[in-house]
This record gives sequence, structure tokens and C-alpha cells, in this order.
Amino acid sequence: MADLSVNIAGVEFSNPIIAASGTIGFGHEYGELYPLSVFGGISCKGTTLQERPGNPPPRIAETPMGMLNAVGLQNPGVEHFINVELPWLREQNTVVIANAAGSTEEDYCRIVEILSDSDVDMIELNISCPNVKKGGAQFGTSPQSVERITSAVRKHCTKPLIIKLSPNVADIAEVALAAESAGADAVSLINTLTGMRIDINTRRPIIKNVTGGMSGPAVFPVAVRMVYQVKKAVKIPVIGLGGISTWQDAVEMMMAGADAIQIGTVLFTDPYAPLRISEGLHGWLDNHGMESVTELTGSVIV
Amino acid sequence: MKFDAQDCKLAAKYQLTSTIYDFRLKNEELAAITKPGQFAHILVPGKTLRRPISVCDAEGDTIRVVFEVRGEGTDILSRCEPGDTINIIAPLGNGFEIPQDKRIVFIGGGIGVPPMLYSAKTAGSSCTVINGFRDKSAVILSEDFRKIGCRLIETTDNGSYGIHGFVTDPLGEIIDETDLICACGPTPMLKNIASLAEKHGKECFVSLEQRMACGVGACLGCAVAIKNEKGELTYKHVCKNGPVFRAEEVIW
Repeated sequence: MADLSVNIAGVEFSNPIIAASGTIGFGHEYGELYPLSVFGGISCKGTTLQERPGNPPPRIAETPMGMLNAVGLQNPGVEHFINVELPWLREQNTVVIANAAGSTEEDYCRIVEILSDSDVDMIELNISCPNVKKGGAQFGTSPQSVERITSAVRKHCTKPLIIKLSPNVADIAEVALAAESAGADAVSLINTLTGMRIDINTRRPIIKNVTGGMSGPAVFPVAVRMVYQVKKAVKIPVIGLGGISTWQDAVEMMMAGADAIQIGTVLFTDPYAPLRISEGLHGWLDNHGMESVTELTGSVIV
Repeated sequence: MKFDAQDCKLAAKYQLTSTIYDFRLKNEELAAITKPGQFAHILVPGKTLRRPISVCDAEGDTIRVVFEVRGEGTDILSRCEPGDTINIIAPLGNGFEIPQDKRIVFIGGGIGVPPMLYSAKTAGSSCTVINGFRDKSAVILSEDFRKIGCRLIETTDNGSYGIHGFVTDPLGEIIDETDLICACGPTPMLKNIASLAEKHGKECFVSLEQRMACGVGACLGCAVAIKNEKGELTYKHVCKNGPVFRAEEVIW
């Protein structure tokens, strides 16, 4: 049987399948169905310095082969994360990635400093949340702002640092290069694409926040294209995400250049997706005489 | 096991009105642990998001769901045929607590009526059920409620069947001889029931709806505004903290 393990910025993952931030909370719910070690890692719910109530409802709308969300970073705050969630997560035999968000540069530096003193394995910097008024995506939409926030945070970060990139930019490769040159250890992409739906009967947006982040199978080709472009531009590891629903999608995303992948929205359709994807990856690698899943990364022939 | 995603066989399908369907889903393991007021998160072929539908009844190896075609997803679901396999995550949510020593009134409005069947069955013949419908063509499950042997009061908005009026009319007449109210239906109806219950100092629980994604409490999508202990607004989630909430905690 082929080896599914991958190494991202010095951290060993038993397999390349990571749960995407915001879709699995802190793991308790899906942990009712299977051991969380089916995931190579878990990127936890986006966490801020203080507790955040999140956006008013409705927060969800369905789209063709996908969905919009505007949860608005509802979370219990970093102290709760470290004291209550992290000790349990540590026992689940999976890589624990904290997803850090903020409204100002100082917020980001402070939360990264606090998380650096905690027991998390890695920190994913959320500079691409489209659903909060202050902060979030404003840090992630130009190469200059990404470089600035990454360098600032880097000084406070003693853990491997992943920068999560927004697809709502003119040139994703330039943004990834900016993150790399400012000291990122890896990049993950794509966060959601900003979208909107209107209820034609009421003439009102379905989502109270008006706009939301689009995810699901519909965004997959966009994600594959962006991962491909970023992999060609940077030397640091690339974590590919956006609409992966099947093991075939996982193979495709890795061929495009992903060193590891994240899955999110598919969990809502099929909670058992990580098991299916893992089984499918094993089967594909064995059928093609490959010994390691790392052989897939960037193997697209253009 | 608290819940699981499993395949069920659609054993039987009935059409109750022009838009309401009654599905009998076979799954002994999930049926055995389903409580009144809980819901099943149903996979619709070709759709990213499942559809949360209240359990109408759970008995033996069968979970019964009664749903209304409201959009594309429920339309696709309504076209499933007996013998088809349907994947559900169930049972989800908290459901109604049904004490045996209280005089309970169950109130359903429109497509909020189905979850009251399992609830009333669990309470037994001593409970009262008030079901409200738009008009005679929308009336469902009357025979099923009669079989329980409980007091059944039915209303229609236009008087074409049962009592002419809203569910709060008969509730107002019997509320003094009531200890506990459990309700499911349109938000304006629930709001009126909640204010009547508050006025009379009666305990009241309401089952709420919200656009939902994961169904299990992970994504925080299906938020509803709830008062915390200090009376401040906080967001709780229909799928995990609900769908049943104390009426006085709901911010309408």
C-alpha cells in the first residue's frame, strides 16, 4: 500500500487530507462519526482574540453545485480555544492547525504570539475571510498588504506559518510570492469566492450580510487553476483547497501542484468524505505503481 | 452513537396534498434512537446541501418524514420512488422533552404539524393537539392524530375546515388548564403562541427553522438570535442547540 504521509513545513501529516477551517468547528461533531485521525490534520474554526458572536442570520444560501456562507467568524475566542478545545484536540492523533483572524495588524500579531506559546502544531493566518466588516480580506487582497501583514506576524510567530490566500485578487501568484518573501512557511488556497444570491420573490438578498463566500464543487476549477499558478511561482509548500469532493478531485488538485489538500463543504454533503478520499487515493496510487502520494504533486503534464 | 449518516430504503411514499409528501424510510438503527422533535438531514441527489426535515414518527424500523415541496431540492426529493435509497444524517437536534406528569398542548401550523405526531404519540391520549392550516386542501394527518386518542382541535384560516381562525384562538380558551405548550410552525404563529404563553405564565417550547449547512453543529450556519442568561443577544444554532428552544429565550 502506498505511503500517504506528507511533510508540510517540517510537520509530518499521516495523510494529505486536512479538514478546512470553518467547516469542522473544533472537531467534536465529526468526531462522533469516526476518529479524527482519518484527517492528516485539522484546521480549526477561525479564532480571534476575543469571542465573536458572528453575523445575523440567514448565513447560508445554496448555489448551483455549491453554497454561500457568511458566518462572520463566530468563535469563542483564543483563550477558550487554548484552554478548552486544544487539550481534547491534542488527543485526537492528528495535526492541529490554529486558524487565526483579526481586525487590525496588532490583533493578528497578538493572537499569533498567544498561539505560538500554545500546543498547536501550525498557525494558518486567515487574511481572506470575506464575511467580516473589519479586517479579514482587506489584508489579503493585494500583494503589498499580504507582504506587510505576513512580515509583521512573522516576528511574533514561532510555529510554522501558513498564509491562507483569497481568490478575490488580480494575480494570485504575485500574492503568494509576497507571502513567501515575507516569511510564510506555506500557503493555503483558495478561501471562498465572494458571491451573492437574491430571493426573487422578496427582492432581498438571501444572506443577511448581503454577500457571502462561495464554496463547493462549483469553485473547484478556479482552485485548480490558482494552485497551478501558485505552485509554479513559489518554492514553499502549497495546500490546495476549494470544492474538492471526490478522491479524483484530490488527485487532480495534487497534480496541479498541491502538497496537501483541505476538504470542507463536501463534509456537509457526505460526512464520510475523508474516508472515501483516503481509500480512493490509496487505490489510485497502487494502480499506478506509485509508492508515495508526494509523487502526485505538480505532476500535471502541460 | 448519537447520530450517523446512513442509507435508508424508501419503503413507501404517499402524497398527502398537492405539495406534501409522506416518506417511510427503513433504518432500524437510526429509528431506534430518534426522539420526538428531532430531524433528519436528507441528501438530495445532485445537491450540495442536505434538507433538514423533522421526523414525523419513528417506530420499529421506520422513520417517517412528511415534507412540503418548497423549492428545487424538495421537488427532487419528492420524485424519489419506493425502493430508492436515501441517505440521511439522523437523529439530529435536541427534540421536545415530554414529561408524563404535565398537561401538554402540542400546536402545529401547516408543515409544522408533522413533528407533533410523534410528540403527541409519546405523550399519549391525555394530551391536547391543536393543528392549524391555511384551508381545507392543506389539512394533513388528521386520522393519525385521532388514532392517538388525544383531544384534537383543527383550525383553518378561512374556515373551510374545522374551527375558523388561528391556533391561538382555541389555545386562549384552554390555556388555563395547560402546563406546557410545544409548538412548531410559521414564525408569526410561534411568536403569537409565545406571547400568549408568557401572558399566562405558561412554559412554552418552540421548534425553529433556519437555512442550514452541516446539520451537526460544526459550521455555525443555522444561527438564530437567542437571549443569554444576562438577556443579551447571542447566536445559537438550530441544528445542535435546537431546533427546540424555550420560547422566552427567542429574540423574535
